Amino acid sequence: MNLGDFSFGNLGHAYLPDKWIFRNYGGEVSRGQILSLLGPNGSGKTTLLKILLGALKPTEGTVKVNGQVAFVPQLFQVAFDYTALDMVLMGRAKNIGLFSQPTKEDEEASLRALEQVGLAEMAHRPFHEMSGGQRQLIIFARALVAEADILILDEPTSALDLKNQNAILEWIDRLARQKNLTVIFSTHHPHHAYAVADRALLMLGESNYAAGAVNDVLTESNLSKLYELPFRRVCYEYKSQSVETLIPVLRPTKTALASAESY
Amino acid sequence: MFLKKYIAYTLQYSQRRQWLVALILTFVLLATIVLSICIGPYPMSIWKAGSILANLSLPWSLPVDLPWPIRELTVIQVIRLPRVLLATLVGLGLGMSGAALQGLMRNPLVGPDLVGVSSGSAMGGVLAIMLDWPPLAVVFLAFVGGLLSLGATFRLAQLAKSSDGIGLILAGIFVGGFCLSCVGLGFFLANDAQLNAITFWLLGTMTKATQATVWLVAIPTLGGGAILMLLRWRLNLLSLGNDDAFAIGVKVSSLRFAIIVVVSLIVAAQVSVAGIIGWVGLVVPHWARMLVGPDHRKMFPASALLGALFVLFVDNFTRVVLRSDVPTGVLTTIIGTPFICFMFWKKQTKGWVGD
Amino acid sequence: MTELSKKFAQRINNFTSQIRLRLSQSQWTNPGPLAVILFLCVLASLFYGSYPVTASRTLGILINLLLPSGWLDSSALDLKEIAVITIIRPPRILVAVFSGVALGMSGTALQGMMRNPLVGPDLVGVSSGAAFGSVLGFWLGLFEKPVIILAMASIGGCCALLLTMALAKMVGGKSDGLPLILAGFFVGAFFLACVGLLLYVNNPFYPRGQRTYNIIYWLLGMFRGADSAKALVVTLTTLIGGVVLMGLRWRINLLSLGDLDAKSLGIDVSWLRWLLIITVSFMVAGQVSVSGVVAWVGLIIPHCARMLVGPDHRRLMPTSALLGGLFVLGLDNFTRTVIKGEIPVGVLSGFIGTPLICFLFWKTKTKGWNES
Repeated sequence: MNLGDFSFGNLGHAYLPDKWIFRNYGGEVSRGQILSLLGPNGSGKTTLLKILLGALKPTEGTVKVNGQVAFVPQLFQVAFDYTALDMVLMGRAKNIGLFSQPTKEDEEASLRALEQVGLAEMAHRPFHEMSGGQRQLIIFARALVAEADILILDEPTSALDLKNQNAILEWIDRLARQKNLTVIFSTHHPHHAYAVADRALLMLGESNYAAGAVNDVLTESNLSKLYELPFRRVCYEYKSQSVETLIPVLRPTKTALASAESY
Repeated sequence: MFLKKYIAYTLQYSQRRQWLVALILTFVLLATIVLSICIGPYPMSIWKAGSILANLSLPWSLPVDLPWPIRELTVIQVIRLPRVLLATLVGLGLGMSGAALQGLMRNPLVGPDLVGVSSGSAMGGVLAIMLDWPPLAVVFLAFVGGLLSLGATFRLAQLAKSSDGIGLILAGIFVGGFCLSCVGLGFFLANDAQLNAITFWLLGTMTKATQATVWLVAIPTLGGGAILMLLRWRLNLLSLGNDDAFAIGVKVSSLRFAIIVVVSLIVAAQVSVAGIIGWVGLVVPHWARMLVGPDHRKMFPASALLGALFVLFVDNFTRVVLRSDVPTGVLTTIIGTPFICFMFWKKQTKGWVGD
Repeated sequence: MTELSKKFAQRINNFTSQIRLRLSQSQWTNPGPLAVILFLCVLASLFYGSYPVTASRTLGILINLLLPSGWLDSSALDLKEIAVITIIRPPRILVAVFSGVALGMSGTALQGMMRNPLVGPDLVGVSSGAAFGSVLGFWLGLFEKPVIILAMASIGGCCALLLTMALAKMVGGKSDGLPLILAGFFVGAFFLACVGLLLYVNNPFYPRGQRTYNIIYWLLGMFRGADSAKALVVTLTTLIGGVVLMGLRWRINLLSLGDLDAKSLGIDVSWLRWLLIITVSFMVAGQVSVSGVVAWVGLIIPHCARMLVGPDHRRLMPTSALLGGLFVLGLDNFTRTVIKGEIPVGVLSGFIGTPLICFLFWKTKTKGWNES
């Protein structure tokens, strides 16, 4: 097993005896690859992420990790008005002893990480004053400064506008391809997974899942089953390249209905 | 078997049950009052106590040749009757004002002491005592203090933009803390001899019971209670929330103001005579709600009677069992807080603390 | 809310954030000046009191004490004055300063640990529990054994804190936000009532005649009767606990992010939290066992410190400690010299603290205090 490899098998969790949220789940992702988790609300995505992270002990099954894991939580409110640098510095926790304080080197490493995400000039600004996208990037920097091999992100694109969603996806891609990090992220948008992920895991039901390469798993039929919506594969041309994606067919809009009635 | 069926039958008909509960509670309360007069360090038989009571409550003067020793008459007339009546009235007032405040603020976690009325009244009362004012003026200043602190609590919660959830409770805690500091400060600025009184305001006791103080509490409590009793159905409307109540056509602000004034008056009278009796106004409405449901028409009288019973029981316990002057407020807190913790735990899912 | 008050709130918001910005970029970020000020205040407190000793004579006595004997002629000094300067005033000043330091530090630690800027040792029940523990100790007749009293106070405080946290957890799932404050309020009230009960149950150590004094002492906090034994207790507990908290101060930053996030950063959250709970209970127990429940200090001092140096606990912790010491010393000096009576320190701190916290509550309404 290489550094940065990640696999899990036979995974099952029940908060109450015999009330399984999911069972017999399995999957793997290797160094430099991106795995995306898809599932409807309440399917146990966060529970699965917590287990993969090691913050929650699974009721059954094993998680095999080789390397340091860092976590990027969903956009969150911090109780206190820390600066961006304070936030990034917290990523060094593993390297700092119980009763010691961060040193100059730690601060420099944090500044470098902030520079990498392009927010160096914001280092001393309060975290509260930043936009959602900037906060997400700062949490990215925190994961970078932890020198982790595996990055787990919980719905990184939720609560962001389209421009920032795109920026975050680009960052995920860059971290995996350039930094050679293993990335696992959960999302509600199949096209996000389609855009960047190599592998995908669909949480279809209690012990029913689909895992594998994106092209095999993210099919129209699988997604339709997952979200109970029709999905269509769409091809379009961008910068003279043919791009493929999946879009959900949402319920007809008012204008569509109106035009239908006029016929 | 019959009894069981009968109870089940009555439970089905809430209209009957409402009167039944009120009736039973009234009877229990009256019986408890009579019993409380019999017991104590100088016990006497229920008949003797009953006949003395009956003679005392009759309008004409006592017979010339007393059928009982003068000592027993004194024990009842001067010592026990005022204290028992005071405890009853205090409980009655707290039960009512707690129910009214909870309905008014749509928050089952408030009570007169949590929103700062009690502390504010104590502050006003202390000020009046420092100025050597007569008892009636003490009640008046206590009333003003209570009203002011309640207003401050509301205003602060409004400023913090959550006037019925967390903000109200926090504001109440802060305002109450400030008023209690004023109580402490006032007494220390007044003179050292009055030091004793600070404990009385802080912990609440019934030891100040005399005929005069009973009247002082009785008039505002019964008068204000009558007004609240008449408004009790309106509390249902208020507890819907401002917008809904307005939509139905209730004049929210004037009704709310009227209830606040009456509650402040009741609490002021109670505090200026007995100090802060903690947690009664918070806990008792929950018992009433468990017994007869959330409808204020039924819950309100039940809350009043249960409050009276509770305070009377606790006061009897200190008077008869402990035979010391343990403050009543201490005991009500010791009983009240675990219960409210339990309720807090059980009711959480029903949006108690929702903003 | 009217347009006018909105504007007013906006203006105050801007004003305070400007203050913070200006202060946080200035020399205040360094605790050095504060430490010097505190030291000077302690020295100055030696000079003032109800027993009149002129400044020059005090200075003379101090110089005489500091220099080896025989350098100056000590026969001119008044024995009474020496006693006041060396025996009567120092314990009281020490008790005041270290009580303040303990409260400021434990308040900061609690607020960080619980991710809630509205808690303090008195509001989460630690102080009440510690008061119950020590009163129970006295009640059982363990007057002469300060270590046992301290242990009982620590256990009482710890139990109260755990009860509060357990109740909040049972109620809310996550143990921060409003459920925590309410649970703390309930638990604290319960333990204070228990203190009242113990003080009223007849006992040779709590005779009726001293009941009022005892109640005021325990429930409102007083520095009267501070002697060298008390000073020793509170100095030791504060120093020990203070060293631990200073060591852990950056970890509190991590803890304040929340459990999952802190765990994902690779720290042992539950162990760290236990350590903090025990340390805080110990410190607060030391303070309460010598001066009763002093309310509000632990709540407002961290806020003031945060205004000075910002939220980073690395700077916040020492600043809170120094500010707490300064604040309580100032209050005590005020009663000692200006009023010349014994206003309980809890009364004074409430008098200053509650308007301040009301103001802050109003000012920071939008910043996630209301759990949303």
